[in-house]
Amino acid sequence: MYTTVVVIGAGHSGLAMSRRLTERSLEHVVLERGEVANSWRNERWDSLRLLTPNWHSQLPGMRYHGSAQDGFMSVPEVVAFIDSYAATIDAPVQTRTTVSSVGVSASGFQVTTDRGVWNCATVVIASGAANAANVPTISSAVPSSIEMVTPLTYRSPERLGKGGVLVVGASATGIQLADEIHRSGRPVTLAVGEHVRLPRTYRGRDIFWWMNAAGVLDERHDEVDDLVRARHVPSPQLIGTPEQRSIDLNALTQLGVTVVGRLGSIRDGVAQFSGGLANTCRLADLKMNRLLNRFDEWARDKDIDVVEAPHRFEPTSVPSAPTVEIDLRRHSIGTIVWATGYHPDYSWLDVPVLDRKGRIRHHGGIVRDAPGMYLLGETLLRTRRSSYIAGADQDTCELANHLHEHLDGRAFDRRAMNPV
Amino acid sequence: MTTTAKPVDNGVNTEALLAAREALTAAPEGADFTWRASCSWVHGTYSRSTVEGFSGLGQEHTHRQAFTFDTDHPECFASEDRGATPVEVVLAGLAGCLTAGVAAVAQNRNIQLRSVTSTVEGKMNVLGILGGDPDVRNGFTEVNVHFDIDADASADDIEALVAQSQKRSAVFDLITNPTNVSVSVG
Repeated sequence: MYTTVVVIGAGHSGLAMSRRLTERSLEHVVLERGEVANSWRNERWDSLRLLTPNWHSQLPGMRYHGSAQDGFMSVPEVVAFIDSYAATIDAPVQTRTTVSSVGVSASGFQVTTDRGVWNCATVVIASGAANAANVPTISSAVPSSIEMVTPLTYRSPERLGKGGVLVVGASATGIQLADEIHRSGRPVTLAVGEHVRLPRTYRGRDIFWWMNAAGVLDERHDEVDDLVRARHVPSPQLIGTPEQRSIDLNALTQLGVTVVGRLGSIRDGVAQFSGGLANTCRLADLKMNRLLNRFDEWARDKDIDVVEAPHRFEPTSVPSAPTVEIDLRRHSIGTIVWATGYHPDYSWLDVPVLDRKGRIRHHGGIVRDAPGMYLLGETLLRTRRSSYIAGADQDTCELANHLHEHLDGRAFDRRAMNPV
Repeated sequence: MTTTAKPVDNGVNTEALLAAREALTAAPEGADFTWRASCSWVHGTYSRSTVEGFSGLGQEHTHRQAFTFDTDHPECFASEDRGATPVEVVLAGLAGCLTAGVAAVAQNRNIQLRSVTSTVEGKMNVLGILGGDPDVRNGFTEVNVHFDIDADASADDIEALVAQSQKRSAVFDLITNPTNVSVSVG
């Protein structure tokens, strides 16, 4: 079979690209291992809601039309949103088709699936950045009596055993799971490394209103100070709840969660945590305040009418001597949740485009070592907005443009690798 | 962040450091360093450690000279006090590392330093090392560092300097986090 473009993955990114290709009358197929929005259907915990408000959820040719503009979609709502998007744009999705390899061919690329082989001129990888959970190697030292789960297998606190729970990681995932697990009556210890503290609302506005309006989300990959670092910054400590609740370490401490430093090692059933907790918290507070300063300056310079006056949040309160060691069994830890990030699965990719860390080398989604190959859906792919669903709108517009030029033979020189 | 008319000079070549980061990202095997010290027992609790060679960037290196560190215990431990205690050497290492970090980060952030002084305290219950109480650990129960910094920068920027220097400090990391240590004989 031949088509001009094969898009791998029918999540919001792959579908948005499909829409862009249809706009350009470029023949294509979207291959999907399961159903449309498959990860959202099968790999998310029950209570999860988007971090971004509904008004922000915009894809090419569709935006949120419900009444709860400031609300946050639940997982079933996200599935319905993406499902209806696929129908609206009439995307040529071939579901239940698993890609087993992508290689280079005479025509461009050869995509082998369990339902036949596709040859194509260009390929768009939209298979997701969170296919697998990161589990550190020290997990092998966890006593066998302790159950281990990742955010991809976790569903709800009730499915965990009795006893205490050690949540490792304090990004959006870790902090949300620590919150709901502790509320279920299972005492939580939360191991906190480098993290991003953000209030849900500031001066009466959602934090995404600020980031959107003040231009933070539009900062480009080729503008940020340190791209490697910026792409590895953990997700912010946010939760999307109808009451726009903030969730930070102070809130969790008040709830009764035990906050400890980064998990360093497990020896003879004893978990050891970093003694550097105070500094990681101070860094997060300083960084949050720098961002709030930027918002205040922006609002003042632009003469934006904001009801509430500028203010600062309580610094993160850290115990004067945080626990640095916990005997897991004596402490009745029954479960460890590894909320230590995710990584993509490129085991099917037979084109030498990966760096030593197994990530695709790309320039704003244009794969460096394979002209005609494109990547979508990565953190800060092209702008800070790329990390969120709405990022696919502009990213696919710009990358479809580049892809089209590539097909026309105009995108081969080095200059074209620069911002399109 | 404050900038001065004169170019900021804390004596740190940040361009070289940033270039090294770039080069080592491209050739990561060069980033593997081995630091070494050798130690000879002299008498009693008095020993002399020497550092001279280390490896990194794919080759052996030698310091401009060999540096020696005499360690001993004080007279109240019935020793002769011919050198700092080893734990004091560790505290000096922490202070030196954090202060180097402050200077480097300040240079990178265009902040002119005038003076940076610090005091470091390690609290310890010596019943641990004396074997007098099995519930007391040998090492520090806590370490406190206090900086006094005079620089062309706001209090917030100075606080951020100190926080960033901890984030990038090798000694801060190895004191606050566990490290596998293997000791062999013969």
